[in-house]
Amino acid sequence: MKKLFFIIFCFFTGFHLFSQECESVLVGSVIDYHDKTPLARATLQTLDGSKKVITDTNGKFQIFNLCDATYTLEVSHPECSTVLLNVVVSGTTEIEIKLEHHLEELEEVEVVGEVLFDQTNSAQEATLNTKSLEKFSSATLGDALKQISGISSLNTGANIVKPAIHGLNGSRVLILNDGVRMQDMEWGDEHAPNVDVNSAGSVTVVKGASALQYGGDAIGGVIVLAKNHIFKSDTLFGKTLVNGVLNGRGGNINSELTKSFKKGWFVTGQASYRRLGDQEAPDYILSNTGVQEFGGSLHFGKNALEWGWDANYTYYDAEIAILRASHIGNVDDLIRSVNSGQPLVIRNFTYNLGNPRQKVRHHLGKLKLYKRFEGIGKWSLQYDFQNNRRFEFDVRRGERSDRASIDLELTTHTVSSNFKWDANKKLNLNVGVLGRYQDNFANPDTGVRRLIPDYEKYDLGGFTIAEYRLGQNWILDGGFRYDFTQVDAKKFYRISRWEERGYDEDFQDLVIEDRSDIGQLLVNPIFDYHNFSATVGGQFSKDNTSNLRFNYALSQRAPNPAELFSDGLHHSAARIELGDLRLQSETSHKISLTKERDFKSWGFTIEPYANFINNFIILEPTGVEFTIRGAFPVWSYRQTNARLLGIDVSSYINWNDHVKTNHQLAVVKGNDLDKDIALINIPAANLRNSITYQRPKWNNFEVSLNSNYVFRQNEFPPNIEVFSPNGEENVILEINTPPPAYHLLSLDSQLEFSLGGKTRLTTGLTVNNILNINYREYLNRQRYFADDLGTNIILQLKINY
Amino acid sequence: MKTIKYLSIFLIAGLLFVACSDDDNGNPDPVNEEEVITTMNITLTPEGGGTAITFSYQDLDADGPNPPTVTAPNLAGNTTYNATIEVLNETESPAEDITVEVEAEDDEHQFIFQIGGSVASATATDQDGNGNPVGLSFDLVTNTAGAGGLTVTLRHEPTKPNDGTLSGAGGETDIAATFNFNITN
Repeated sequence: MKKLFFIIFCFFTGFHLFSQECESVLVGSVIDYHDKTPLARATLQTLDGSKKVITDTNGKFQIFNLCDATYTLEVSHPECSTVLLNVVVSGTTEIEIKLEHHLEELEEVEVVGEVLFDQTNSAQEATLNTKSLEKFSSATLGDALKQISGISSLNTGANIVKPAIHGLNGSRVLILNDGVRMQDMEWGDEHAPNVDVNSAGSVTVVKGASALQYGGDAIGGVIVLAKNHIFKSDTLFGKTLVNGVLNGRGGNINSELTKSFKKGWFVTGQASYRRLGDQEAPDYILSNTGVQEFGGSLHFGKNALEWGWDANYTYYDAEIAILRASHIGNVDDLIRSVNSGQPLVIRNFTYNLGNPRQKVRHHLGKLKLYKRFEGIGKWSLQYDFQNNRRFEFDVRRGERSDRASIDLELTTHTVSSNFKWDANKKLNLNVGVLGRYQDNFANPDTGVRRLIPDYEKYDLGGFTIAEYRLGQNWILDGGFRYDFTQVDAKKFYRISRWEERGYDEDFQDLVIEDRSDIGQLLVNPIFDYHNFSATVGGQFSKDNTSNLRFNYALSQRAPNPAELFSDGLHHSAARIELGDLRLQSETSHKISLTKERDFKSWGFTIEPYANFINNFIILEPTGVEFTIRGAFPVWSYRQTNARLLGIDVSSYINWNDHVKTNHQLAVVKGNDLDKDIALINIPAANLRNSITYQRPKWNNFEVSLNSNYVFRQNEFPPNIEVFSPNGEENVILEINTPPPAYHLLSLDSQLEFSLGGKTRLTTGLTVNNILNINYREYLNRQRYFADDLGTNIILQLKINY
Repeated sequence: MKTIKYLSIFLIAGLLFVACSDDDNGNPDPVNEEEVITTMNITLTPEGGGTAITFSYQDLDADGPNPPTVTAPNLAGNTTYNATIEVLNETESPAEDITVEVEAEDDEHQFIFQIGGSVASATATDQDGNGNPVGLSFDLVTNTAGAGGLTVTLRHEPTKPNDGTLSGAGGETDIAATFNFNITN
């Protein structure tokens, strides 16, 4: 430590020490930064050029006849970037110099999936690299993630895809976009992450709350979107991807360009545009299902071994039309839609995005700097800013179709810092703190009562994670985290609702303005939540072929604004949704085990898990209310004890040099233990198999046939009985009954051509739902109204340059 | 060193942004609910003169928990009533007359009538620009004494023309009101 400060001192002041006799010696070794192997043939040279030595085969060197002074050494190696180093020489001084290998820039894009570091040591994790993400360039993040066993999605049509990990979604799944926790109103079922899949270099999923550095409330898990690492070399490279999409008669284009310099400076720009018209089910057009999406990002900074900084700005803008037939008036309309078997509105194909539709816009800005302290560790400081604006347009009367029914603006500022001690080979420590301020503004000009009120939220958190290497085979990790959350909301309640909920008895002191003249009360709830989370686990690995991981994670999540405050009519679901001010934080205990084994030509991974959640917040039908529009089921939030048990299995077999098969099975069962019924929206078991034929000699030819069998979900909560004013009788509303099982076949193929120099062209052809079967998915909220997508053909051209 | 300077400028700018974004601590304004329908009044005037009778269906807390209140006085038997419908939003004061909006967009709206008991018929007597029925005015004919029922449904964006049934009309329900009354001699 002292030495370090001295170096810094000298560096800043240019202070030199003088000695009469110059007989000091500098000895040491040059090693690879990553794998610690000695580097032979590295050249060391003083800045004035007076001394020059070359390392021997063991990476060792000696420089004689130096004065007791500070020298600046230039260290270079044919395979590494050159570094400049300040060394204080006093008598016989010994140093170790670490150099970073630089890789050829084209290969770097390919290998990035494998060089990524794990987020945790002991939890269940999976990573998609750039190549796997590119296949989904014309789709969404949620679609790409479904390749991973245990990941499903809650959809609203084909364009709003909310990823779910082990059956849990929304606020229980954190999304980290380049180190920034997305704050994009993830509380709504029909709110997809505001992320362009093309802006990520890789995506890692941690299936559980074990990655405490990102948050303590990830009861479902964490999705980490990372940028590709940019190596220090003088280079300019980029790629352009174009997709033509048959179903929806559109496509997308994505382009990115990176310029980097030897000294560590880099700048990357990326932009993408996607446009689709109405999509089609096998038998009809899904009217009003088009989409328009624009994404862009600019990332620049300096990446040096010792210190660096980077700034990132990401913009995302999407306008998504929602199936016209899914907008309904009351329970009778819903019954009519369910019974009809096909959508009640089918029009001619159009690119127009009509109502109902969503328009969301997300700005994300990040500034991060890090400093590495030799022999101690790395310190990082980050500030990020996010602004999320959401408009939802409904089918409205009068001249109001262009006026949003929902207009929310969510602004978030976060400052975080952490220090990672990684100098000790056995014990690594990561300690961090975070402060966050969030403001939600609900624009009153909509002419519709606010679904989510104005609120301010404050978060303060701190964590410590430790990683310990025990012998050759064991790594143990553990950590804990504390988060404080305060929500300060101002909400108008109808007096009739306030009394019906019994709030007049429990919360009357929160009323700050009595507006009996309009039948409302202005209420100011200020709620505090103290959440603790912790994790402990271990990894045992013997050679590279066998690996066992186990993990226990405790996590707590404060209720989100929708769970606390929602209060109103949802037209897309024909239901009245009621939040509950009395909700407490939910607490999850998750145990997971991972067994990985690789044999000569095949391998498998088995991942069982159990998640016990106390005070699990669920939304369920609880009754019926009548309005002048007719009857509506009331859905309210309730807390219960829940249990999720599941297993993810995957395996591969290399039949020969050209043929490979992959197999995946995911099963999860969710139970409400208090009521002894199944939980709602738990994904059905699914089985994925694929066979791939590869022939690198034929321009890297690759073709694979994929089969996805989704079982029927046989465990679901009971349906509800409602009074139908039209039928003048009670009817069973089959809103929970799952659709039948289905089997989808798809085909992928690609070819690669060299266009001279670094330029390569890759062509890809994908056919989804080859047999054009009719199916409905349990986790698609539009399953009441229409079939899912029919055959889709996607033609992809990619140029790397 | 230069970069450190730039970085600090960035950070300070960021902090200023935080400091500035703290908006005034005033309370939010209540939303002026424009599209809500709270009330439907049907004025039934016997053909050839007599006292007008008013049916009303009123739900002042809209999608709040209170059910609508229904008023449906007795009607006379074997009578033809000329009826007109008035639709109001009474969350505002003075109440907003939604009837005007329905009239202005009469091609996108239709009242569907379902009858029961001793009601002989309920038929729209007005038309939109395309010659299709709207239902803001209609004739209701009663039979001899007994129990009577009338369900009035306002559909937004129905299929037009249609067969006058709910399933034929399609669209979304804006109002669904059922009146049960007695028909006296």
